[in-house]
Amino acid sequence: MADGSTMVVGAPAATSPGPRQAGSMKQLARRRSLAALALCSPLILLIVCLKIYPTFYAVFLSMLDRKMNNFVGFDNFAFMISRPSFQLVIFQSVLFAVTAVILKAFLGFVLAHLMHNIRGRNERVWRGLLLVPWVIPLSLSTLTWWWLFDPSYSAFNWTLNMLGFEDIAFLGTVWNARLSVIAVNVWFGAPFFMIMYLAALKSVPEQLYEAASIDGATAVQRLFFITIPMMRNIILITVLYSLIVTFADFDIVRILTNGGPQDGTHLFATYAFVVGIQSGNIPRGATVSLFMFPILAALAFFVLRDVMKRNKEMA
Amino acid sequence: MTRNILSKREATRRKVLKFGAAASVLPWVHVRSAKAAGTLSIFLWDHWVPATNATARQQIAAWAERNKVEVKLDFITSQGNQTLLTINAQAQARRGHDIITIANWNVRDHADKMEPVDDIVGRLIAKHGATNEVANYFGREKGKWLAVPSSWGSQNKGPAGRISLFKEHAGLDLQKMYPTTPTETPESKEWTMDTMLKAAEAMFKAGKPFGIGMGTTADSVDTWGSILASFGAEMVDSSGKIQIRSAAMRQAIEYCQKLIRFLPADAQSWDDSSNNRALISGASSFIYNPPSAWAVATRDAPAVAQDVWHLAPPAGPKGRFVPHNINFWGIWQFAQNKTAAKDLIEYLMQDELVDARCIASMGYDLPPYEKMTQSKAWDDIGPPKGTVYNYPVRSWHGAKTHVAHAPAPAEIAVQIYNRGTFPTMLAKLKAGETIEQVLTWGNRELEGFL
Repeated sequence: MADGSTMVVGAPAATSPGPRQAGSMKQLARRRSLAALALCSPLILLIVCLKIYPTFYAVFLSMLDRKMNNFVGFDNFAFMISRPSFQLVIFQSVLFAVTAVILKAFLGFVLAHLMHNIRGRNERVWRGLLLVPWVIPLSLSTLTWWWLFDPSYSAFNWTLNMLGFEDIAFLGTVWNARLSVIAVNVWFGAPFFMIMYLAALKSVPEQLYEAASIDGATAVQRLFFITIPMMRNIILITVLYSLIVTFADFDIVRILTNGGPQDGTHLFATYAFVVGIQSGNIPRGATVSLFMFPILAALAFFVLRDVMKRNKEMA
Repeated sequence: MTRNILSKREATRRKVLKFGAAASVLPWVHVRSAKAAGTLSIFLWDHWVPATNATARQQIAAWAERNKVEVKLDFITSQGNQTLLTINAQAQARRGHDIITIANWNVRDHADKMEPVDDIVGRLIAKHGATNEVANYFGREKGKWLAVPSSWGSQNKGPAGRISLFKEHAGLDLQKMYPTTPTETPESKEWTMDTMLKAAEAMFKAGKPFGIGMGTTADSVDTWGSILASFGAEMVDSSGKIQIRSAAMRQAIEYCQKLIRFLPADAQSWDDSSNNRALISGASSFIYNPPSAWAVATRDAPAVAQDVWHLAPPAGPKGRFVPHNINFWGIWQFAQNKTAAKDLIEYLMQDELVDARCIASMGYDLPPYEKMTQSKAWDDIGPPKGTVYNYPVRSWHGAKTHVAHAPAPAEIAVQIYNRGTFPTMLAKLKAGETIEQVLTWGNRELEGFL
């Protein structure tokens, strides 16, 4: 009864309307599903207004011509995919997102284990310090990175020169610039993975490790047969979430390289901005920004289905 | 005895709700008081030089007081493309300020939403002379003025060089070349693309290279655009045909290939602040920029500032072309108070008001009308005194204002401009690609813009 799931609503007829009606309303309010819906409705409204509506509006825009007067179907998509410069953007976005997510996941995993093995007050201090990159607004921290990488007055290069080494053009060549933007994204995003993995690690029952030790399992075996399977859901969800966010990254490239040199670092978001806002072609900008939507949606579907399936198995 | 409906004792939740509900159904009424001529909302670009904002605010307040109009004035920064985003948002929502500051390509992007202003511009031209080439290119469509060419933040991005370094390493006296007198000097006639190339080489060897970037931001695009124009080279012509393989383009790109050898090693990754910092730090001897770099130097590096002189660009086979960016004051078709908006814009474009804002901006603001560039506003600005005397295009300079990739149709040129297609071609040249490879790449890019 306490959870409201066994409550019978509306069974008694309204023979004495006043108090009964009030009672029914109370009963109605007590129904968990309705209460939950009422409490979630502001959030649902926000999501509808700020996410779902703009997404459908972007789909609509992507099917218009430049002046937004005529419906052109999927012409914008067909046109963009035929352009070498956009094909380069696809390659760069995939390279950026996949590399950055793999590195973030790996670093987060290692850091989470290190944190897990530090006990006492030190754990809090280290956890706090490692979360700093994730807490600072990305646009601000990227500006700091820009000063470190700056073409002419790089602090890194100054240090290298002091040590007798030559300058490195961090943002001056295509591959250096690509690696630089990936490095900044990893620096920013790794703490998120760390904190998620740390939470997952803490929830793995100690008894499992004790039992494994009694059976003579090595550290590697414990990692592969206990830790990773127990963390699997969290790993999948964080990777999926991070992949979506990383594909949509804008700030780092916009501030560090503006898509250059030689268009070598443009991502979907920065390219969409240049095409849509700066060049005044909003439909093509919308097209660029929607390009990964079906792929990421499919990925999200399969990952979440796998997570739910596993949850049911565990239940 | 009066009762306060919301007094502490009686302000129950129910009463507050009732009061709120009643208030929400009341119509919003404009209270006619001293502000009898209604309300006017204005969005001004937030000027780099804060003193200029204050001057504009005073001018607008004086007009508002005289005309009994209630003015709401917003200064919106272009940092983070805020002005651009605001304009696009207002255009989509069909709601916003009565007067907007709208720059360059945006005027043409929103041509169908702008209130024609032929009446104001006609009177301004009659009084102040013809508008410059860039104002004509952006501001007019099908013979109608879409917005009023304004001095507010309009700028030339011509050369600024270090006087002492040019004398010492290149044998050029910039002050003698472009003195503070209305005369064309023999030295200025010899200020050509070849002279610039030789100077660039000399400065490079002296360790003070020219600070010209090859990034995709506006300063790089504008600089190279003016060099292309001085060779008569067009990526796309006025009829929308690709001309990247023309003889003029090949001549221009061969020149550029020589010039980029003498630019800083990292020039392909420069943005709009890189050239400023190159000059202010003393690392570079020559940049293309408005006087903002010099103005910052007067504060941060006075010795450098005292050694900076602004001049006209070098001449190529087809003449001198000064990179120019322009701000317009426009009125949305959906503006609420068009009459007052037109009146205020015309008022703000009076000589003495334009001059006052120009002086407040340390000479940065350039009026796009011919007679206004003869003002004495730039004469005494320094140090060194007269450094911005040749910043406006003077009649004896034999120069024209230019925006990169004009006269291509605006909807094509805007893409070439914002994608930084030409500087990217140069970055590819610098990375070792051949002219033929670069032209092929550029041609393919341009095909996508048509």
